[in-house]
Amino acid sequence: MKKFLAMILAGVMALSLAACGPKDAPEGSASSNPPAGSTPVADDDFKVGAIYITSQSDVAGYTFQHHTGITTAMKNLGLDVDKQLLVVDNVKDDDDTAIANAIDTLAGQGADIIFGISFGYIDAMADKAEEYPEIIFSHGTGFKANDTNFNNYFGRIYQARYLTGVAAGLKSLEMGNNYIGYVAAWNTEYAETCSGINAFTLGAQSANPDAVVHVNKISTWGDENLERQAAQALVDTYNVGVIAQHCDSAQPQLVAAENNIFGCGYNSDMTEQAPNNHLTAAIWHWDVYYQTAIQAAMDCAGDASKFVEKMGGNAYYAGLAENFVDASPLNTIVAAPNTEEIMDAVRELIVSGDWDVFSGVKLSYKVGDDGKVEIIKTDADLKDNQGNVIVAAGEGSVEDGVIKGSMNYNVEGVDAPQA
Amino acid sequence: MNNSIDVLTLFLFNIILVNIPLLYGTVGEIVIEKAGSLNLGVEGTMAVGAIFGYLAGCAANSLVVGLLVAFLAAGLCGLLFAVLTVSFQANQNVTGITITTFGLGLYFFVGKGMGDNWPAMVEHSALVEGFAPLNIPGLSSIPVLGKALFSHNILVYLGIAIAVAVWWYLSCTMTGLKLRSVGENPGAADSVGVNITRYKYIHLVLGSGIMGLGGFYMALNMSGSFEGSNCWINGYGWIAVALVIFANWNPVMAILGTLVFGFFNTLQIYAGALAGAFPNALSWLNAVPPHLFKALPFLITAIVLIVSSIRAKEGSGQPAALGLNYFREER
Repeated sequence: MKKFLAMILAGVMALSLAACGPKDAPEGSASSNPPAGSTPVADDDFKVGAIYITSQSDVAGYTFQHHTGITTAMKNLGLDVDKQLLVVDNVKDDDDTAIANAIDTLAGQGADIIFGISFGYIDAMADKAEEYPEIIFSHGTGFKANDTNFNNYFGRIYQARYLTGVAAGLKSLEMGNNYIGYVAAWNTEYAETCSGINAFTLGAQSANPDAVVHVNKISTWGDENLERQAAQALVDTYNVGVIAQHCDSAQPQLVAAENNIFGCGYNSDMTEQAPNNHLTAAIWHWDVYYQTAIQAAMDCAGDASKFVEKMGGNAYYAGLAENFVDASPLNTIVAAPNTEEIMDAVRELIVSGDWDVFSGVKLSYKVGDDGKVEIIKTDADLKDNQGNVIVAAGEGSVEDGVIKGSMNYNVEGVDAPQA
Repeated sequence: MNNSIDVLTLFLFNIILVNIPLLYGTVGEIVIEKAGSLNLGVEGTMAVGAIFGYLAGCAANSLVVGLLVAFLAAGLCGLLFAVLTVSFQANQNVTGITITTFGLGLYFFVGKGMGDNWPAMVEHSALVEGFAPLNIPGLSSIPVLGKALFSHNILVYLGIAIAVAVWWYLSCTMTGLKLRSVGENPGAADSVGVNITRYKYIHLVLGSGIMGLGGFYMALNMSGSFEGSNCWINGYGWIAVALVIFANWNPVMAILGTLVFGFFNTLQIYAGALAGAFPNALSWLNAVPPHLFKALPFLITAIVLIVSSIRAKEGSGQPAALGLNYFREER
């Protein structure tokens, strides 16, 4: 029995090791550069710190997107990535000690601004912002801030999702198949995921009022294997014609390709993985934020407490208008006719600020003989899929706080198991 | 919504399609444990088999080459384990975990090193065709079962054939008997002239090679798409370690174990679909938290452990010398 126990214990221990397995990739950790020898010009001394959930050597996924954003922003600002970027890789977001250690490391190396990209870094960053008032802290996807040297940032990705929903809706109309699938990491557990599902659905319905979005939730942020199974289950169950996703890997798009249907990706342009099946993906341009933030931090000229003021508030929340989010270039070979024109018209409308996704005004489209797109606005209640009215007909958009934080329902047209 | 019976059929089909790698991993581990070694490196061994098998299969555009290289690459992990634990008497638990860490590291190192040169499976017809479903004439047209059991790719049947062959080898051949004696009481086996070192080396390599085939299967099932933050194996190797206990060290029981574990693994994804397809009978599935499906197989394993330790000693298939290094001078 003892042996069994020992075996199981070893197994459990090993499992916890395995959980950090991918992070043990031998590429090494941070690029710790000795600051010695740099010329004493102000910008040359400026150091950017970053804490990543996986590794800067990733070739795809969440950390990859942020790392690319930071390095692009630094290059645009004329900073030297090799010398001025300090990174701590593989910091688990449920381990406050590890996060605190990472921050101490970066502080010790002389970072002037520290970006934390994962939601779970929130408490450690809030604490450390008080401990190091001379350093700027900036936390992605969070909601805490302190009016001086600590802000948070996120984007209106739902606007991009609406655009991809339009492409999916038009494709479903063309195929004569109203069923659309959606592989989701989570659904109503997080406003981030359910606002994405809702925006995508509203976009699809604007093009095809009969569209139904079937959601299959995998209950984890990243598991390629489950993502694949979930996508295949949507095909098996509903014969969906388009598969969208809120998960990291391109597996749902590969499944779409194997089943000769279509798909909308997320995070990166997945046309590369499924050239004959992928329509367009909701993507982030993280460099837009990082450039703004690093510029603001350098403008503080040593007084970190001015950062929030320079950023115009505690929370940076930008969307299509700032080019922070967008739909990736449409794969015109496979998209339905006029998709690009309609998406452009909707993008223009959202950028103008006259209309937003979660409002009491629905869009529909008319394409003239000359190819000109007319957007028709109709007042209609925005309802959840239990029949409750969220926004009355004709009213404006829900508050940003709802989209970022408290949204916990699916709109009409979403078919998802109610947990 | 598709016809309810179709949903059920595809659910059963996917249980097998997705979870067969567990069978490879489990059967490989049984071979190793029957030789008295506890190799916790299944996860890493499968990862190494997967990536090298896949890359070689693409390079040669051949399923057979992929299988061979997967077997050999994983077999090398087994050889490493054998050198460390048999020749150098290293602690088996630590060595196994090291193999996992090493294997996953190697997987990411090689995968990321390929960068843009990563080969796409769709461009390698031999792999795509090799992994395509085979319809067994006659059997595959049986309703429900035909699709669920008899319309799989060749590697599914290979996995089952290997499980049966290993069962036959262990229980019906003289070498198998000697192998079991090595796992039960290496001192006694040694005294009647069984070469312990040779037996351990051969079966550690063989068992690891079988795991590697499972890794290769997973590579193909994921369409060979390499993503830097996630490994294809993703915990299947660890489940295989638990499945060995569940199957009571019997390769044929491992087939059943794979189906039970697979059932819950796939149910997690199909719960909503099944609840929709059978609203009267199964709507309660929607109320089950998805993580329960992940935990249930392990709960069952714990129960199996308790039951088998209560039952008479001879009921257990666990080799008596499992996990203990054999050092001749200490006999």
